[in-house]
Amino acid sequence: MTADRSIVIFLRIYIGLVFCFVFAPIVASFIFSFNSDRFPTIPLGHFTLHWYQTIYNDPDIWDALQVSGITAVTVSVIATFIGFCTAYTDFRYKFFGKNAYLALALLPPTIPLVIMGLAMLAWLSRIGMSGHLYSIVIAHVVMCTPFAMAIIRLRLAQMDPSLEAAAWNLGASEWRTMGNVIVPFTLPAIVSSLCLTAAVSFDEFAVAWFVSGLNKSVPVIILEILQGQVDPQINAIGTFVFIISMTLVVTAQVLLMTRSKKAETV
Amino acid sequence: MSEPLVVFENVVKRFGDFTAVKHLNLTINKGEFLAIMGPSGCGKTTSLRMLAGLDRPTEGEIRLSGLRMNEVKPSERDTPLVWQTLALFPFLNVQKNVEFGLKMRGFDAVARATKAKEWLERLEIAEFAHRDITQLSGGQRQRVALARALVTEPEILLLDEPLSALDANLVIRMQSVLTKLQRELGITFVYVTHSQSEAFAMADRVVIMSQGEIEQIGRPREIYREPVSRFVAEFVGRNNILTGAVTGSADGKLTVSSDAGPCTAPVPEGRTFAKGDQVSLVISADVIAATTTKPASENVIACSLISEEFVGSMVTLFLETDNGTELKAQIQHRDIEQIDTTSGARLYLSWPTANVHVLPGPNQENP
Repeated sequence: MTADRSIVIFLRIYIGLVFCFVFAPIVASFIFSFNSDRFPTIPLGHFTLHWYQTIYNDPDIWDALQVSGITAVTVSVIATFIGFCTAYTDFRYKFFGKNAYLALALLPPTIPLVIMGLAMLAWLSRIGMSGHLYSIVIAHVVMCTPFAMAIIRLRLAQMDPSLEAAAWNLGASEWRTMGNVIVPFTLPAIVSSLCLTAAVSFDEFAVAWFVSGLNKSVPVIILEILQGQVDPQINAIGTFVFIISMTLVVTAQVLLMTRSKKAETV
Repeated sequence: MSEPLVVFENVVKRFGDFTAVKHLNLTINKGEFLAIMGPSGCGKTTSLRMLAGLDRPTEGEIRLSGLRMNEVKPSERDTPLVWQTLALFPFLNVQKNVEFGLKMRGFDAVARATKAKEWLERLEIAEFAHRDITQLSGGQRQRVALARALVTEPEILLLDEPLSALDANLVIRMQSVLTKLQRELGITFVYVTHSQSEAFAMADRVVIMSQGEIEQIGRPREIYREPVSRFVAEFVGRNNILTGAVTGSADGKLTVSSDAGPCTAPVPEGRTFAKGDQVSLVISADVIAATTTKPASENVIACSLISEEFVGSMVTLFLETDNGTELKAQIQHRDIEQIDTTSGARLYLSWPTANVHVLPGPNQENP
């Protein structure tokens, strides 16, 4: 018993340390974003919203937010749609070369981002599509689709395969079965995938930096500010971006968890 | 009465190299309760799926009300199926599940709700109309699945082992629900099962399948009393099967030296046996009497009791002859008082010659 207890305590401490290690820089950044001192030093100065005001009044930041926002929303919709189609193909059909098809569909995240960004830049500028907002969208869709597919595929795997046939049996055509059975069943995964792909796109820097041209996204503008000077507004932007991403990721996770619990009892 | 509704004509279904159904010829009549029974992999479920359009026959033709169905899509047939897994839609509540078939057939919301309510009441689940599927018990889900399939008022209902997930008491209750429904609606039920008790309790006719072929079709009593093959006799259970060689034939009776001892059997109509022919004798457990003293009968075998098993008003005795052949006897509860039932007790088993069913050959088929 005592041995078990000490193991439990040890593991708790270990988990606590891991969380500290991961979140300490973010928490520090959060705290310094409200600090009046120009440099992050201790003891702290007084509380201020000055840095938030600065970024609020900076039109460049607003432009970047707009670029990132539009990109994230568009990317999440397109990537989720393609991901859904890929996952459904995998669920429904058996065909020659299916493993190769799946490997290809899941490949993009294994490519280093810098290589991917460079390749995208080379390719898009060759066909004259570099430097636009849609260039970022194209690049991000390529990156995000595998995530969308993985999430939706997981949900489809929980589905009783006779559910689809049951709908046909009750008079539903294949299209109506899609709309009335497959989509409602996978809806939690679809919403979750929209959130997660939006978060991935919103945070992504390397590829966006290569292909964005004059359309700077939020991560790109952060780097530009950093290159110029060390400025606590970075902390303010960082906190803001962190909150957006975390909201999306947590929403996605909660949706997936509650639904899969429910599915187990069916 | 016996107007054909479904006809399978020389239907073959292959999956790659595997032939699931071999030259199936079967006519299902309007208004009958037909059970298709057999061990797993015998092709019973495949036959049912072909009827629903979920698998397409490789060869042959399936006709429903005289029309060729081979190329008709499942959604364009009116052959609702109650699934083994039930396949209820987990994202819809009970009422919406029942309404699904009506929605797909273009009924408006008011008509859907009225009809669904009618069926929920009929199956005594109206109080759960707005519950989630996950909040129902196994028996309640079963009723939802039935209501969902029947709501479009089809001419035929297909059932694929729908009771296999329920506990024994519930199975008995659902059996009476099903038979009652079938009688009241007067529609055809095709019920696939591996359970002999389910098939025999409900069906008008039973089809026994093995390895993609029909072994026997008949009323439950016929299949039970007069199995056409050793496979059927064994599959049906409750039977004792003795094998042996014919030692003589006179006055319409065969004398056989069986593995349990000498016995007599009636000569099956239109058959002749020569001395030395191998035969199997099927003696159902409930025609056998067990007594403490040796009775005057043509068929008497001395055995020792191994164990007994009580099921309802019947007791099944498991016994062993002196050379190790195992036998079963099923007797009434009240008769058991008159015999010694301690383990190892000596008992005499006897049965009337007329109740013995003779099959040619010792092991016809089925390894």
